[in-house]
Formats: sequence, structure tokens, C-alpha cells
Amino acid sequence: MSFDLALIADSIPKMLTGIGMTFSLWFLSAVLGLALAIILLLMRISGRWYLAAPTMVYIYIFRGTPILVQIFIIYHGLPQLEFVRESIFWPILREPFGCAILALTLNTGAYVSEILRGGVLGVDRGLKEAGAALGLSTTHRFIHITSPIAIRLALPAYSNDVISLMKSTALASTITILDMMGIARTIVAETYAPYEIFISLMVVYLVLTWIIQRTFGWVEKRMSRHVRSEATDMGRYVARSEPTDG
Amino acid sequence: MVDHDQTTVIQVENVDKYFGDFQALKNVDLTVKKGERIVVCGPSGSGKSTLIRCINRLEEHNAGKIVVNGHELTSDVKDIDAVRSEVGMVFQSFNLFPHLTIIKNLMLAPRLVRKVSKAEARDTAMKYLERVQIPEQADKYPSQLSGGQQQRVAIARALCMNPKIMLFDEPTSALDPEMISEVLDVMTNLARDGMTMIVVTHEMGFARSVADYMVFMDNGEIVEMSPPAEFFENPKSERTKLFLSQILSH
Repeated sequence: MSFDLALIADSIPKMLTGIGMTFSLWFLSAVLGLALAIILLLMRISGRWYLAAPTMVYIYIFRGTPILVQIFIIYHGLPQLEFVRESIFWPILREPFGCAILALTLNTGAYVSEILRGGVLGVDRGLKEAGAALGLSTTHRFIHITSPIAIRLALPAYSNDVISLMKSTALASTITILDMMGIARTIVAETYAPYEIFISLMVVYLVLTWIIQRTFGWVEKRMSRHVRSEATDMGRYVARSEPTDG
Repeated sequence: MVDHDQTTVIQVENVDKYFGDFQALKNVDLTVKKGERIVVCGPSGSGKSTLIRCINRLEEHNAGKIVVNGHELTSDVKDIDAVRSEVGMVFQSFNLFPHLTIIKNLMLAPRLVRKVSKAEARDTAMKYLERVQIPEQADKYPSQLSGGQQQRVAIARALCMNPKIMLFDEPTSALDPEMISEVLDVMTNLARDGMTMIVVTHEMGFARSVADYMVFMDNGEIVEMSPPAEFFENPKSERTKLFLSQILSH
């Protein structure tokens, strides 16, 4: 098998014309998914069963089924229902793009709300008590103590989900969307050169992943200055106390 | 003994507290008047921490009555936040907010609860940081401070709310020995200024010099309550004698 480098050089710019679509799918569903995740989280931790129970069912279904199936149900299934066709959402759901955004949003929302919940549960109880002892209301404690600490705790897992979402956008190509994956499939259909095209596509996705990773790495570093200083303090403390142990 | 204003600020009557089947407080009565310093001691698991945590309702009592600054502690949430803002609490594990600098730790509650201006909150915060002798640490994060410094910040943070009562829950138990005295000095000064204090501690030197009353608890009950001179020289109960011999023997 010989690699056709000229074909790669030719097809990468073509695939990159789909980067805008890939970016739109990723960015819109990341933002909408995060908003959904926060709503789901608040319902889940509200302490009211009639809010928490539906949330748990929702999260269970969307985390427990393949996202490809979710995309197909929304794209092929929903238009079968008359009330959907007559609803104000039809202009969105009529378009493959709207369906893809909806599916990706609903899916990532379920995952991210669990990630955020993990962060909230990880916040030291003593800190919430300290807030309570100072007379802060439940809302103030959540906004000023629990949330900022929970966000820092959740950030590494959240960055994974954002990367995973970016890769999931490739599935939108199955419902006629011409993102990078959709364009790549078109080129393969014309050239019968799957290796060259798909390997070039992998490289493009790797670069995107790398950019997202670096961005989150930078944010994490900035947001956890206090934790880093703790680590160095601990190191100093251990180093100092070692000789006296003997 | 110092002459105190006779207003009752804390009234604990027949209070029971259960954790599941375990009874942490049994029919506890305690009256604290304005300006009094009470030191609570007793073996671990005796209910000392539970008692002071009930006073600002970090724990809810199951029976009896607790009145703080004229507010009876019930499940009415609004009342609770008001009571808590008047009652400062210092924890064994400091519990400074790790994501905020020292000065912001001190400014948070006055800004949100008392709605004071940023400048005023900052001035108050610096005043109390100077009082606990660490104004130079204002812009650091809690993790950059030693345990003793963190606990002094925690005391300053509580004082910024201008509380009428201060509760201390084993404030020196998590500290390295060389840092205990710097925290006790701050507490002694506070006591001299007339602050009403309930202190759970095993620092008997501090207790002797500061307390108006010693309270000894065991198995969820108040076993003995007397002025320090009497408590240390002439304890009445056998359980108190045993506890004192254990704690003072070294």
C-alpha cells in the first residue's frame, strides 16, 4: 500500500472547510449542555423528590444509551409525531443541524451534570458549616463557597467531557451534516482512498483536542493557585520534619 | 471575679440530642450570662462539641429548649441565619475558605450578611487582622499560612461580624505544639475585652486563667459545673477527679 501524499495535501484544505461546522456543533452544544447540566444539578440536589427523581431518570437514560441512537431518534423519530411538526420547535427540528445540536446538548448535559454533582459532593462539609456559622444564607453559601470550590474539583473531569463532545460531533455526519467528518466521507466516496483521508482527519481532530486540553490546562492552573501553594507548603513541611523523625 | 452584666445570653434547658440511637446530649442545662467565659471539658465523645454546635444550630436538638440572644432556636430558617450572624464560631480544623485570600475570607460575611460597603469591610478586616497580629498576610491564600496563623485568621473572621458570643470548638487541638500559645494569647485578650465565650478545650492553663466557670461533661451529661479554683482544687464528682488526674498527670 502506498500513501498518496498529494491526495492528503489536496484533501486537508477541503476537510478544513468543515471545521466551522464542527466548531459550531461543538461550541453550541457545549454551552447549551452546560446550561442544561446546571439546571439538572440544581434539580438533583434540591432535596425535593419531584425534582430529583425525573432528573435521575433522565440522566440514567441519556448516559445509558448510545449517542448515535439518540441522534437517530431525534432526527428520524421526532418528525413522525404530528405535534412536533406543529410545534414552534419545528423550524429547528426540521433541520439536521438543529437535531444534532439537540441530541449533543441533551447527551452532554446528562454527563456534565453528574460531573458537577461530583464536584459539589466533594466540597468539605466544614467549609459549608463555617459559612453557616457566619450567618450566610443557603443561597449565599452555594454561590460563594460551594460553587467555586466544586468548579475547581470538577474541572479535570469536565475538560474530558468537552473533548469527548468535540469527537462526538463527527456523528452528526450520519444525518447529512457536512462537518469535517461529513466532508471526509464524501471525499472517500469519490476517491476510494480511506487511509489517506481518514488518517489526515485524525490528525486534524488530534490538533483540536490538543488545543482544548491546553486551554483547560491553563484555566486549571490559574484557578488552583491556592492548591499549588498548598502542595509546595506540604513538601516543605515534610522536608523540614524529616530529620526530627529519626 | 469580674462584675458582669446579668443579662442571660444563652439559655439551654433540658436539651436532648440523638445521632440515630446514640444519645449525644442528655437533659443538658446551661445558662450563660453576658460577658461570662465558660470552658467545657471532658473525654472525647462526651458531647462537648455537640453542645456548642447546638447553640448555633449546626446540629438540631431533639428535645428541650435553646434560647440565644432572645431567639429560640427552632426550624424557622430566617431566624437561624440572624442568630448565627451574632454568634461567632471557631472550628478545630480552621475551615478557612481555600479559594479566597485572607482578606476576602474576612470580608465575605460582612459584605453579604451585613451589606456593608467594600471599603468598610476591608477596614474592619484589617483592624482584626492587626488585632490577631497578621496584617501582612492579608493577600495570601489560607494554604500559605501555618496552622496557628490560619486559626488566628479564623478568629478574626468571626470577629468581623461583631458577634455577641464566641464559640470555640477545640481551637488548638489540630495545632503543632509551638503554635498553640499564639492562638491562646488571642483568645485570652478577647476574654479580657469582655467577650462572652464558650470554649471547648483541654488547655487547662488557659481554662484556669480565663474561665468564670468550668463545665465537665461525660456521656452527654453535664457532670460538674463550678468556678476554676473549686473545679481544679476540689472536684466533687469521681468522674471529674479521674478526668483531671488523666489530663493533668503529664
